[in-house]
Amino acid sequence: MKGKNCVAIAADRRFGVQLQTIGTDMDKIFEIGPKLFVGIPGLATDTQTVHERLRFRTNVYELRENRPVTPQVLSAMVTNLLYEHRFGPYFVEPVIAGLDPKTNEPFVCGFDVIGCPCEPEDFIVSGTCEEQLLGMCESLYEPNLEPDQLFETISQALVNACDRDAISGWGAKVYIIESDKVTIRKVRTRMD
Amino acid sequence: MATGLAPEIPSGGFSFGNFQRNLSLEVQGLHPPKAIKTGTTICGLTFNNGVVLGADTRATAGNVVADKNCSKIHRLAPKIFCCGAGTAADTEMTTRNIESQLELLRLNMGREVPVVVANRLLKQMLFRYQGYVSAALVLGGVDKFGSHIYCIYPHGSTDKLPYATMGSGSLAAMAVFERGWKLDMDEAYAVQLVRDAIAAGITNDLGSGSNVDINIIRRDEPKTKIIRPYEEIGLRGKRHGKYTYQKGTTKVLETEVIPIVVEEEEVVQRMDED
Amino acid sequence: MAMSLMRPGGFSYSELANAGPVQHHFSPYTDNGGSIVAVAGKGFALIASDTRLSTGYSILTRDQPKLYDLNSNTVLGCSGCWCDVLSETRLIEARMKLYKHEHQKEMSPGAVAQMLATILYSRRFFPYYVSNVVAGLDANGQGVVYSYDPVGHCDQNLFHAGGSSGALLQPLLDNQIGLLNMEIKPTEPLTLERAKGIIKDVFISAAERDIYTGDGILLKIITKDGITQESMKLRHD
Repeated sequence: MKGKNCVAIAADRRFGVQLQTIGTDMDKIFEIGPKLFVGIPGLATDTQTVHERLRFRTNVYELRENRPVTPQVLSAMVTNLLYEHRFGPYFVEPVIAGLDPKTNEPFVCGFDVIGCPCEPEDFIVSGTCEEQLLGMCESLYEPNLEPDQLFETISQALVNACDRDAISGWGAKVYIIESDKVTIRKVRTRMD
Repeated sequence: MATGLAPEIPSGGFSFGNFQRNLSLEVQGLHPPKAIKTGTTICGLTFNNGVVLGADTRATAGNVVADKNCSKIHRLAPKIFCCGAGTAADTEMTTRNIESQLELLRLNMGREVPVVVANRLLKQMLFRYQGYVSAALVLGGVDKFGSHIYCIYPHGSTDKLPYATMGSGSLAAMAVFERGWKLDMDEAYAVQLVRDAIAAGITNDLGSGSNVDINIIRRDEPKTKIIRPYEEIGLRGKRHGKYTYQKGTTKVLETEVIPIVVEEEEVVQRMDED
Repeated sequence: MAMSLMRPGGFSYSELANAGPVQHHFSPYTDNGGSIVAVAGKGFALIASDTRLSTGYSILTRDQPKLYDLNSNTVLGCSGCWCDVLSETRLIEARMKLYKHEHQKEMSPGAVAQMLATILYSRRFFPYYVSNVVAGLDANGQGVVYSYDPVGHCDQNLFHAGGSSGALLQPLLDNQIGLLNMEIKPTEPLTLERAKGIIKDVFISAAERDIYTGDGILLKIITKDGITQESMKLRHD
């Protein structure tokens, strides 16, 4: 979710096999750069594989080009990686949130399973409770929120949406990315 | 050069590595997420000084709108553009691929690539994938032979037409074209007709929505730009209440702050020493 | 396969020839979309529906509210398969007339709710494909909302969102009216004006993201003075 000179990305922490919950401390958001994060909800094995492959590609990029990965570059990488597997996709729908390393321009971008990029000016949602999240964000979102306000809005959107999805929830982690710091908060949710 | 430390990224092409696995996962009852489709209205027509292409801007995933303002008019060459309907990723990647092929062809041949070449490259690519790359395209462009509109279907068949529509709103758009189309139209009339056709798709087809994008490719101009949005048809309602929360509404269990240290450049440090 | 018809390109005619018989099914249901939202409060109940009726990717009409005034203090909202909505509401109307003549009084919302559950369950194995919401005022003048699944399970709530955008709207109602997951809660009780505002806003959100919701809404306000209605335009694409 985009704010004023900041972006936020949040995910629940459940790890489960269909209706059975196995773990409640799974991180689905990964750091790519100091101000660049990617959330990868979906099949857990693919979450990890896609993350590893992205890490590999971003590392190679930074070594070859000797400059940090910008959000736009990462977005192109995700698209290419996922579309390569057009006919046997990774079951993940990644979301990128970050600030441009130079200009600090907020950037959010989401993808479908085969890497179609979607770059909105407000927010992007993904995962099992996508519909609930869309309804929440569409009503709560306002442009140009300050970091604190953005945290409340994104957390309320995520927490309430997860409550109406049987296979989401069990804790949540919210990242607020600003030009000088990243604040990670663990948020209390229903644990059922 | 591939080494153990930094192996080469494998060369292009589709990877079918997960295919068997996904098949067995689906048999076991996993419901994979669906790819975003563009249930779309796209259209194009020729007029006396070039071609006009039009598209709506809604992308859907099932019955929800995934993207309210996506771009469906893709650039293939400075004076060849292509509207895409079908699976969003397929239209995007197919047109990108053909765009680079056309540019390489132009550099090799040393002359402007005609529209018919773009048509042939697209249809050969789509035919090769037997319709599994589901892109339905309206290709339009201007070259030294004149103005052209091609309709390209996902299986690789093509039509060369004076006016064409595609996507789920194609019937609504074609109704407008059939009523208003004339031989040798001027630009203003042609643009209005395309706008009306897309607007008909937007209002009457649930798979299409939001804005009208239009691209006018003129014979006597070297470049064009997509007018985006040309007109906003579906407008957002105004909220009555305010839904911002008081600080501290959400219960936080743990907070961690990672400061981002900006490394100062050496030039600055030297000035400090002085 | 004795004779393979494989061509060098990899395309096999025999696959097409061996496709086998195809069974066709008759599907009695269609989803005509539409959403219902109901909210109950102290001394009032609100129920609203959108006015779009659609099938597949086409719009059947832009002006068909899905609300039925059952009597002076009960309103029923139905969305789903439109033919089922029509026959279900006609049945309810008839049953309510019978009740009135037999008992010499209007049915209370609670009685309507119970009757609807029985009607729905009576068709357990060929259900009405309808998402029902009943809103009304009980004997104490309190607002009540009852929501159903297609086979007659009944829930009494203070608010409910049903129909094609039910999943989008329910968490928002949980949060804004149910005040869930909030450490600092607004203290003043829900007023009629605020409830109206929330309902209109959630429909604006639904019209943005649900392709089956749009064109307009009809909002019915049930108070002790009877039923009044309001309408609002939504986006029409």
